Amino acid sequence: MTVTVYVPRDSSALSLGAGEVAQAISKEASARGIEMRLVRNGSRGAYWLEPLVEVVTASGRVAYGPVTPADVPSLFAADFLNGGQHPLSLGLTDAMSWFASQQRLTFARVGIVDPTSVADYVANDGYQGLRRALSMTPQAIVQAVLDSGLRGRGGAAFPTGIKWKTVLDQPAGQKYVTCNADEGDSGTFSDRMLMEGDPLALVEGMTIAGIAVGATQGYIYLRAEYPHAYRALNHAIAAAYQARYLGSDVMGSGKRFDLEVRLGAGAYVCGEETSMLESLEGKRGEIRVRPPLPAIKGLFGQPTIVNNVMTLGTVPTILHKGAEFYKDFGMGKSRGTLPIQLAGNIKRGGLVERAFGVTLRELLYDYGGGSATGRPIRTVQVGGPLGAYIPASQFDVAIDYEALTAIGALLGHGGIVVFDDTVDMAKMARYAMEFCAVESCGKCTPCRIGSTRGVEVIDRILNGVESERNVQLLEDLCETMLQGSLCGLGGMTPFPVQSALKHFRDDFRARTRH
Amino acid sequence: MMQTLPPTDTDTVRRIVADLKGRPGPLIEILHAIQAALGYVPEGAVPVVAEGLNLSRAEVHGVVTFYHYFRRSPPGKHIVSLCQAEACQSMGAEGLTSHAKHHLGVDFHETTSDGQFSLEPVYCLGNCACSPAAMVNGRLYGRLTPERFDALIAERGLKK
Ligand SMILES: Cc1cc2nc3c(=O)[nH]c(=O)nc-3n(C[C@H](O)[C@H](O)[C@H](O)COP(=O)(O)O)c2cc1C
Ligand code: SF4
Ligand code: FES
Repeated sequence: MTVTVYVPRDSSALSLGAGEVAQAISKEASARGIEMRLVRNGSRGAYWLEPLVEVVTASGRVAYGPVTPADVPSLFAADFLNGGQHPLSLGLTDAMSWFASQQRLTFARVGIVDPTSVADYVANDGYQGLRRALSMTPQAIVQAVLDSGLRGRGGAAFPTGIKWKTVLDQPAGQKYVTCNADEGDSGTFSDRMLMEGDPLALVEGMTIAGIAVGATQGYIYLRAEYPHAYRALNHAIAAAYQARYLGSDVMGSGKRFDLEVRLGAGAYVCGEETSMLESLEGKRGEIRVRPPLPAIKGLFGQPTIVNNVMTLGTVPTILHKGAEFYKDFGMGKSRGTLPIQLAGNIKRGGLVERAFGVTLRELLYDYGGGSATGRPIRTVQVGGPLGAYIPASQFDVAIDYEALTAIGALLGHGGIVVFDDTVDMAKMARYAMEFCAVESCGKCTPCRIGSTRGVEVIDRILNGVESERNVQLLEDLCETMLQGSLCGLGGMTPFPVQSALKHFRDDFRARTRH
Repeated sequence: MMQTLPPTDTDTVRRIVADLKGRPGPLIEILHAIQAALGYVPEGAVPVVAEGLNLSRAEVHGVVTFYHYFRRSPPGKHIVSLCQAEACQSMGAEGLTSHAKHHLGVDFHETTSDGQFSLEPVYCLGNCACSPAAMVNGRLYGRLTPERFDALIAERGLKK
């Protein structure tokens, strides 16, 4: 029987040489006259082990990693095609504790299937959710999403079912489903991984959304920094059209749903939903004043769903397995699971999907294994560039929307950026202000001017110019930005700054620079 | 004074506009296509696009300048984007950036004098578990060190 070998085409894996490894394996196999099937999967998310090569054996998938092209001849010599022992052996992939303890619902197929194959998708529970949805009334689909407790994974954590119901309740006419795939937050890559590793899950989720609210057109707004995801999505969409899961007669239901990808152009603020809609319309990404809500007047003035990739990518599971199944995971008002991203200075970085309630400490030490540099972890920033810095004394906090809010932090899109004890928190605060100044859409003064002032004030503090007075000025400035900004960019940039001031005040002492 | 485009480029821009103008909200798509074809969005393309879409020049100009991704001058042969965001900072992006600037002899938004390399800052490439990250002509790199940076530049032929 022909052996199947998996080498990821995930862009992070490629960034570590997975492409060269795949080539080396093909070359060595043909040199040895061995026939094998090479599948380019997504990443399983254990990035410290990438490039991770897997071989299908009678007892399951066996993993080797991290593999370099130079290791390939010795892998063949060790008979890795039959699961042979090698210094890079990791055993059965599913038995590795890092994976075994995860609860992968949204990521159930990522790294497992061939992302280019509809057949593989269907063989692994794909399109079960849509099949179910097509047998339900629109109201019942929306109710299932509501009952599951699913909250938006893009940052604001708004109940998805309520948003969908608003769109459903608008009079019939042109409606849209848009997917926010702008994923601009540093420390986040779950959207990218799903789009590269299981793009049909997003396609299916958007189709269900369209069927639910009566929208016939979907757009995925993808950031320009993700060329690999762009190719993967376009490939998946074409394959779905071919197999009639998209188009004028979705799964023979007589219902239409069309889908296309639109590229952003390098503006962080376009991740904010109204800015994203402006950008989809081909305009400057300036924030719209609300009301009206996008659900009532969204894209081209029509009722529009805006949801994050993770939100929409989770919908098929909810429809397939039922709202109760999903809701049984999690704690309090945070139901289900969250794909958490461990990033930055962490030994075992990557994707950990767990039910809400797992603690930061478990993530950082049990999964993450501490810092990459081996030094103590001093702080983590959760929720992207607008998220607060959390000091080590608060690492017992649970991953739960309300628990994080209670300590003045936020969960955002679930990215955790780790810093060791060499981090300079005044510098990080300065960067937060600088980033806001670079990315401001310019509509409101506190954000546009305030952020530039923020950088200057921090510079004065560090240069020892009236430090006390300038710290006070910085605090006032944060307050002004909090109160006087139209959107989260200006309105939340104070969070990292204030948290740095609160927990790491010593870093704001004057220093002499040479 | 408005810089005019060479006739072949004008034709290219006209063709792109004609191809895409029927799509909903086409302006950004058109700018992407122009940049893909010409390497940047020349000032001279603005009136051609404006005319084709029945927009004012100011409107088109406003969109071009809003987005960091659209270049308004020709890039070098290779575009090197270095991630400056938090996760990469936590793994030494700052040091790598100074090294890169020194090695190439340019600052951000500049091109080496031989026209080979343009250096750009970028804010997250989604490679934050493999920081520090960079992208060269759409190809992603992770866990970069100064040595690996020099090697990937050398592969593409930095004349020093
Ligand atoms: C400055 C800013 C940037 C944002 N960036 C993103 C983003 O990249 N992706 C995303 O899904 N949501 C982002 N959001 C949140 C969106 O405005 C919106 O809440 C979300 O897309 C709704 O989808 P959800 O309900 O599925 O989370 C951002 C918000 C702000 C204020
Ligand atoms: S806060 Fe900043 S980004 Fe948001 S609308 Fe105001 S100026 Fe634009
Ligand atoms: S912060 Fe550099 S790749 Fe995400």
